[in-house]
Amino acid sequence: MTAILYILVFTIIAIGSWQAVKIFGLLKSNEIATEKENNINGWLMLGIMAFLYSLMIFSFYKYSKVLLPQLAASEEGLHIDKLFKITFILIFIVQFITQFLIFYFTFKYRGKDKSYKATFLTDNHKLEFFWTIIPAIVFSGLIIYGLWTWNLVTDITNKEDNPIYIELYSKQFQWEARYAGKDNILGEANIRNIKGINTMGVDMSDKNSQDDKAVLHEIYLPKGRKVVFQIRSQDVIHSAYMPHFRAQMNCVPGMKTYMGFTPSVTTEEMRNNEDTKIKVTNINKIRAVNSKKLIANGEDALEPYIFDYLLLCNKICGSSHYSMQMKIVVVEESEYNKWIASKKTLAQVIN
Amino acid sequence: MSDHKETFITKYIFSQDHKMIAKQYLITGIIMAVIGGLMSMLFRLQLAYPEQKFTILEAFLGKEGMTPDMYMGLVTIHGTIMVFFVLTAGLSGTFSNLLIPLQIGARDMASGFLNMLSYWLFFLSSVLMVISIFVHTGMASAGWTIYPPLSVLPQAMSGSGLGMDLWLISMAIFIAASLLGSLNYIVTVLNLRTKGMKMTRLPLTIWAFFITAIIGVVSFPVLLSAALLLIFDRSFGTSFYLSDIFIQGEVLHYQGGSPILFEHLFWFLGHPEVYIILLPALGIISEVIATNSRKPIFGYRAMIGSIMAIAFLSTIVWGHHMFVTGMNPFLGSVFTFTTLLIAIPSAVKAFNYITTLWKGNLQLNPGMLFSIGMVSVFISGGLTGLILGDSALDINVHDTMFVVAHFHLVMGVAALLGMFAGVYHWFPKMYGKMMNKNLGYLHFWTTIVTAYGVFYPMHFIGLAGLPRRYFNNTAFPLFDDLLEINIVITWFAIIGGLAQLIFLGNFFMSIFFGKKTVQNPWRSNTLEWTTPIEHFHGNWYGDIPEVHRWPYDYSKVDENGDYYQGEDFTPQTVPIREGEEEF
Repeated sequence: MTAILYILVFTIIAIGSWQAVKIFGLLKSNEIATEKENNINGWLMLGIMAFLYSLMIFSFYKYSKVLLPQLAASEEGLHIDKLFKITFILIFIVQFITQFLIFYFTFKYRGKDKSYKATFLTDNHKLEFFWTIIPAIVFSGLIIYGLWTWNLVTDITNKEDNPIYIELYSKQFQWEARYAGKDNILGEANIRNIKGINTMGVDMSDKNSQDDKAVLHEIYLPKGRKVVFQIRSQDVIHSAYMPHFRAQMNCVPGMKTYMGFTPSVTTEEMRNNEDTKIKVTNINKIRAVNSKKLIANGEDALEPYIFDYLLLCNKICGSSHYSMQMKIVVVEESEYNKWIASKKTLAQVIN
Repeated sequence: MSDHKETFITKYIFSQDHKMIAKQYLITGIIMAVIGGLMSMLFRLQLAYPEQKFTILEAFLGKEGMTPDMYMGLVTIHGTIMVFFVLTAGLSGTFSNLLIPLQIGARDMASGFLNMLSYWLFFLSSVLMVISIFVHTGMASAGWTIYPPLSVLPQAMSGSGLGMDLWLISMAIFIAASLLGSLNYIVTVLNLRTKGMKMTRLPLTIWAFFITAIIGVVSFPVLLSAALLLIFDRSFGTSFYLSDIFIQGEVLHYQGGSPILFEHLFWFLGHPEVYIILLPALGIISEVIATNSRKPIFGYRAMIGSIMAIAFLSTIVWGHHMFVTGMNPFLGSVFTFTTLLIAIPSAVKAFNYITTLWKGNLQLNPGMLFSIGMVSVFISGGLTGLILGDSALDINVHDTMFVVAHFHLVMGVAALLGMFAGVYHWFPKMYGKMMNKNLGYLHFWTTIVTAYGVFYPMHFIGLAGLPRRYFNNTAFPLFDDLLEINIVITWFAIIGGLAQLIFLGNFFMSIFFGKKTVQNPWRSNTLEWTTPIEHFHGNWYGDIPEVHRWPYDYSKVDENGDYYQGEDFTPQTVPIREGEEEF
């Protein structure tokens, strides 16, 4: 039955387009554009410019509330955001000007009557020099500032920071984590040691492993203290993505990767942030509408959304890629210490 | 050459005539584009209406409707088809084949046989790719970048079974086809130019095709070797890319390899591939814009220099796809540097196009509109590259929808608009008929509006932190508010997809019922318009014309302010007048 429907739809479209071609074909048109065509399309090009500008403005007005909270949740994130803002403003200016020139020139110089002569202009070395050298200078600035930021945020070797070492461990489709414990050294691990509850393959013969602490479902980070993540994967490539902290690193099976940052906003503080509040209210409005539909169908309503930092998987890793995540809780260091003290060491759990 | 007997088979199927091969590439490319485009409609519907079961789509999706596995498969094959089969083979294959011999003044490619072989290998690989969609265990679904181990282990994803095998075989054949084609283009441009056609008198189209072919020859073999090693890992138990894997309760035997090796090999092609797609499209619009502005292309030499600079730099920037793979931060710095360098020649090209428009006498036919549209989209999409190419900024937008928006604009839509420009412009050369102009206009207006409508809002989804390749964004509440934007995008996409029906109708109807063309419909300078309208193998009756000037003498006036030849164009075959200054 559906097959017949498809054939029918296809035939209608085919006949329709054939008719359209015939009708339009009747309208006489010259080989190169006529003056009328140039005129209409010149004006329409201005219309496109208006459309593009309004799309940009509309999107910024309407969609800026869905963006990540303006306040980065890590000290490194603040630097990245500054660089981002500068780059974005530059992009916006260039976009505005060049698009204007393209569409305005198209409109202004749309073909006129035959007596109009286009200007024979092959090149202009001065002009070309300027628009090569100006981007070169601007980009040099961006490169230098960008690399300064890059070196700052990727530097995890500075011992003065006294970082906490945490391992993030990924597998289809779940995150686990391991804290380095009292000695602040992560014990060796390999997937060949995976057995029973030792799901991360920690080498229990290593003395550094004994005081390590494994956690599931959520990790706690202390505010104001550098955290360095050692990242592993047991099956395919995943990516540890923490958008609020402006941090991301791939999880590659067979090797360890590292990233680090200093959390600077606790979960509680972020919940009280203006941007976050707007976003959360908006999401809850949407959820309320959806809940009504669900209740009408005799299902349970959605729980209201409360903001939390998330660790997401950001590298295609299989069918449940889209739901692979873990909660991150940032707290004051004293509270963090209490939380970590309440966890059992691997020696207690495994042996 | 022109007098040998041709049967139906040698003329229409196993043809060695470059013009016929070009048409074969174009038609195959269009069919692949329809398949790839329909796939995008299916996953766009899923993103906008994740809860909805579309019973009407059961014929495509099966009884269960859209599953996460199928979604991954669709995005994977959509990417593969669009990047390789449409925008590489469909674009380069069509226009390099059609224009290289015609614009340099050659009777055919250097090797007609290799050219034919190239097309038929491409055809075979297309057929295999399409078959791979229908295999029982599912199509390849590890993303078009097919990163191992996901693409190696059927345990990790059902699409990594037979579907992946077919994908790899298809791509290996595709690469062979592409290399045969590229070698032929290079040899032809270097050796078969007609008398007087110096390299500095080549149209920019030919420069673009020529340099593109060189990038292809340099980088495609690397992808082939990457694919072969992947086949070894999959089927013969080697460990080039895999090490220490524990999956489904079992330790696998792989030891000592690295997935990062694959990423390097893949992106060594993968990034130049962007320019393999873009440069021919930019070459096409250079020609179309100059012709229809009735004005020389501005900065011809700078354009050639930029093409070369882009080509060179494109081979040393691949690492910017891998900033977050744990590479040494110093190496990341190097790739940031080279990546932002490439923005300079790109900016020069954009400025040159804009200046070409300035004080022109713009003939706004559909080809010209698509070309101008391409410049606009190329800039819009290219600018966000400043964010992605900067390693520090890439960290937070890497692999998000922001990337998807960026590359769809800068290489997807831009190259597609360039391809349309080429089709509208050279359709008379290909089929001896004119395409319907009003339908062309309609096609352009709907396409440009919907393209921006789809990809502009998509940046915001990415900046909100939504990773790409998410089956839906409502698995947890963080992204609930993005659904409304997804709905807007999907509707723009559907309308944009429907708009392509106008093109298809116009294209195929015009082949049969189009108005007959005149020999030089756009009043253009280049050599292809000196050939007769009807096609025969050998291109010119009698001698090949001699070339005396560069191809951009539009609106050139003598000291009295009169046009040379009394027309606003002076074809390349017209000798230099006494006292005339040659460019």
